[in-house]
Amino acid sequence: MKLKKIAALITVCAMGASLAACGNDAASTTAAATKAATEANDTTDAATDAATSGETEADTGEDAALPEDLSGAVATGGSTSVEAVIGALSEAFMEEYPDVDVTYDPTGSGAGITGASDGTLDLGLSSRSLKDEEKEQGLTETTFALDGIAIVVNTENTIEDLSLEDIKSLATGEITNWSEVGGPDAPVVLIGREAGSGTRDGFESIVDVEEQCVYEQELTSTGAVMAAVASNPNAFGYVSLSAVDDTVKPITVDGVEATEETVLDGSYKIQRPFVFVTKEGEELSEQAQAFMDFATSSAASELIANAGAVPLK
Amino acid sequence: MKVKHIIERVMNAVFFICGIVSIAAVLLITIYMIIAGIPAIREVGIIDFLFGTVWQSTASDPKFGILPFILTSIWGTLGAVIIGVPIGLFTAIYLAKMAPPKLAAGVHAAVELLAGIPSVVYGLIGMMVLVPGIMNLFNLKSGSTLLAAILVLAVMILPGIISVSETALKAVPKEYEEASLGLGATWTETIFKVSVPAAKSGIAAGIVLGVGRAVGEAMAVIMVAGNVANMPGLFKSVRFLTTAIASEMSYAADGSLQKNALFSIGLVLFCFIMIINGILGFVLKKGEKNK
Repeated sequence: MKLKKIAALITVCAMGASLAACGNDAASTTAAATKAATEANDTTDAATDAATSGETEADTGEDAALPEDLSGAVATGGSTSVEAVIGALSEAFMEEYPDVDVTYDPTGSGAGITGASDGTLDLGLSSRSLKDEEKEQGLTETTFALDGIAIVVNTENTIEDLSLEDIKSLATGEITNWSEVGGPDAPVVLIGREAGSGTRDGFESIVDVEEQCVYEQELTSTGAVMAAVASNPNAFGYVSLSAVDDTVKPITVDGVEATEETVLDGSYKIQRPFVFVTKEGEELSEQAQAFMDFATSSAASELIANAGAVPLK
Repeated sequence: MKVKHIIERVMNAVFFICGIVSIAAVLLITIYMIIAGIPAIREVGIIDFLFGTVWQSTASDPKFGILPFILTSIWGTLGAVIIGVPIGLFTAIYLAKMAPPKLAAGVHAAVELLAGIPSVVYGLIGMMVLVPGIMNLFNLKSGSTLLAAILVLAVMILPGIISVSETALKAVPKEYEEASLGLGATWTETIFKVSVPAAKSGIAAGIVLGVGRAVGEAMAVIMVAGNVANMPGLFKSVRFLTTAIASEMSYAADGSLQKNALFSIGLVLFCFIMIINGILGFVLKKGEKNK
């Protein structure tokens, strides 16, 4: 009898201990999460500080070569399309300089340009070139990558080439049958990305069909668009150039094939630059300058290509 | 004696903590949904938000009307119930009352397996088989339609309906059925006029459970429904409440009206589920009273 009781007690103690352990784990996880959150907050604060100080400390001196050691924060922000590229670049950069914090706030190209202009951001990121009136406000752009968007159709579609105008009419639903542009007698189905996607934003702004597209499907990933286009003979869609494979047929735009070369030499139309926006004549903080130098260096090419864009070098 | 007391106390505390954890989770989620969901509704206006027919979250003049999503969720669920309930109910009747025991065991295992299939697999099969099938069968330009979503949901709610209804039918006292048979009714008549009415609260609970699953399903639906914010139509590409959140959440900027509006959709969905749970509770309670 006594033995049984002791056994029971031991069992209970063991259970209690394991439960307590679980509890502790949970507690420490929460603590860690909270800590991370505060740190993130700190970073943002620091970033804002750096941004403001970067504005005032305008005489740090020039040096193009990457310095040995850096610390501080680099506040960047802007186009949502650039987020993946900047994410990859800042990860590699912060591995090199553990004391530097690069933050990215994906608020849109417009907000990125404004942020660079009013000094809330060290570096603004835009997925379009600056307009003339923006340049007149004293802003300059530094292109570090190009983004090519391929137009793909189902492999059964006999279409080989479309003009930019044709693509526009197809996307807005003005043309509803492929035969109108020299294809088979079949309805046109536009398969695109969800609102907020950088590829969608890029396609719609370059083809000039913002808010006019008649979508049949709005999918949440490049892979899903490829699969949907591959399975529907009526479909056409847009995907990042790096994603194209032989399950779908990329078409030529105004007679130009979409390749890295045609994007680089500018002959392929559906492309846009990824640019850093900075204030002309104003010196960047050391770490921000280093980050920009890194992003435009040949060392960053592979990272940029892996993130789905076309590197300049 | 003392040891026993300690054990009693400790175990009591353990059970209490376990109970608190789940309650706290529910409370936290509720509070969070309300706090996160209110701002956008306030900014857009509740009438414009709930009854607006245009959703253009990233346009230069953004519009946040979620009526298309609400109606799609309602129609989609209704369609799934119309297709799924008769099949599920008849399967349950067959399993509980008619099938030879060996066959019933086999079918039962299959139904349980159906319940265990992850929703992404339903979605995948729907995307690969159902969507092209619908496209060819109805000669549509694209098969990603409300109909495809309804068919996938109908299959997904089957296991719930079958197992709950089957349990309810099996719980009908033998005496009822024997009395009916003794009065000269056939076995089929007995099932439909005696067993099913006697088990109706259990069957209703199964249906409500299915409705809950259909309203809340996102993964399978996002893969077959096309996700365009159209007003619902059987052969149109549509977006459900769940998929509206899932498809735009990843790119919505923190603190933007778009993200807040997505939380508000979550709040609306949450209210839907709460209402369904309320109905479930009501149905079950009524069933207990009848007994």
